[in-house]
Amino acid sequence: MCLAVPGRIESIEEKVAVVDIEGNRIKAMVSLVPEAAVGDWVLVHAGLAVTLMTEEEAQETLGLMREKYAVGDE
Amino acid sequence: MPSETNDRFREDIEEARKLGAKIGRKVTLMEVCGTHTVAICKSGLREILPPEIRLVSGPGCPVCVSTQGYIDACIELASRPEVTVATYGDMLRVPGTRGSLAEARAEGGGVLIVYSALDAVRYAAEHPDRKVVFVAVGFETSAPATALAVKMANEERIENFSALFSHKRIIPAMMALLAAPDLSIDAFICPGHVSVIIGPESYAPVAASGRPCVVSGFEAADVARAVRMILAQIAAGESRVENEYVRAVKPGGNTEAQKLFAQVFQISDENWRGIGVIPESGFTPAKKYARFDARAAHGIEVHEVPEPRGCRCGEVVRGAIDPEECRLFASACNPVHPVGPCMVSREGSCSAHYKYRRQAAKASEG
Repeated sequence: MCLAVPGRIESIEEKVAVVDIEGNRIKAMVSLVPEAAVGDWVLVHAGLAVTLMTEEEAQETLGLMREKYAVGDE
Repeated sequence: MPSETNDRFREDIEEARKLGAKIGRKVTLMEVCGTHTVAICKSGLREILPPEIRLVSGPGCPVCVSTQGYIDACIELASRPEVTVATYGDMLRVPGTRGSLAEARAEGGGVLIVYSALDAVRYAAEHPDRKVVFVAVGFETSAPATALAVKMANEERIENFSALFSHKRIIPAMMALLAAPDLSIDAFICPGHVSVIIGPESYAPVAASGRPCVVSGFEAADVARAVRMILAQIAAGESRVENEYVRAVKPGGNTEAQKLFAQVFQISDENWRGIGVIPESGFTPAKKYARFDARAAHGIEVHEVPEPRGCRCGEVVRGAIDPEECRLFASACNPVHPVGPCMVSREGSCSAHYKYRRQAAKASEG
């Protein structure tokens, strides 16, 4: 339930941002990250941006989310 | 798949094995986050690590820690003709004493699936003829959305909105588990997105009790690194708070969210499935917002209700037993006919064990 995904803010109007998450556009409130601006990366949980991230931090998370893991000979 | 991440993952596992050998005794690491439960089961991390390093799941799945009485109260509300119960999808199939929210909906009850508390308050604004009750479950990650929804309802006078509160605070639960004589927890893998809100410093009292606390992200590589960091602390005889998930968890957490909690909520005692009432382990609305508490708004009571016969979800939630130790597991209780919440929720231990560990067992037999 505590899943959260990074995305980039495309626009902000009255505390509601349109966030591009891997090509999907969703609405998220930015009340908890008042300094957020268009172009910033944020982590979104349940329609709420919960923290700002750098592009590098966001890309690292997105990269790890796509990763498959192998320790043995799989 | 050769990659930089995979190299890091292998190196962390290798290092964890060495540290485990150096420690030379069995150590129990508990995670308290449903998303970690799934990541650990899915990656097979538990099986990759040597048996002396035991990973157990604690009360981290919000659906699973909700009491039977709370589920029953949600279902009772859904059966009232004027009420629409707005819930996260995870709660839909959890069995109450009689039926589930999904069954209540099939029988014509008002049940709406929402992605956020904010969707519930917007729905209430658009449907003034309905009494909308939001099923307010979840830890500090989900609580800010509820706080914001209540604040919006107050400011915009959306009086047909309320929430049935069962929000949980993780630190009092961790402290309560440490006091339990039948559990011996050596360290905690701390939840990443709860920590985004409350800040890693919040675990200081837990670490002060001699249990290392490492905040971890949600991918297998994150959890493997967190395990390595914990074992390094144990091997060195240390107990500190460390943060593996630096890309999202900042020092101090989200101060805006903390301000919102202080403004809209009061800290209250909460009842946890399998654990009971833990003092100061929950949030309910502050006096100013009391009319948005569904208990007051709808005169609904949450009763003490026994768990389903034979169901050991309570012990699974505490990390006292593995799902496989429950006699109902994978027989009478399965994903198609779940008996307890730990089999229903995707983040429940029983569901994750059923889905991934049985798969792994089959693969190794074949």
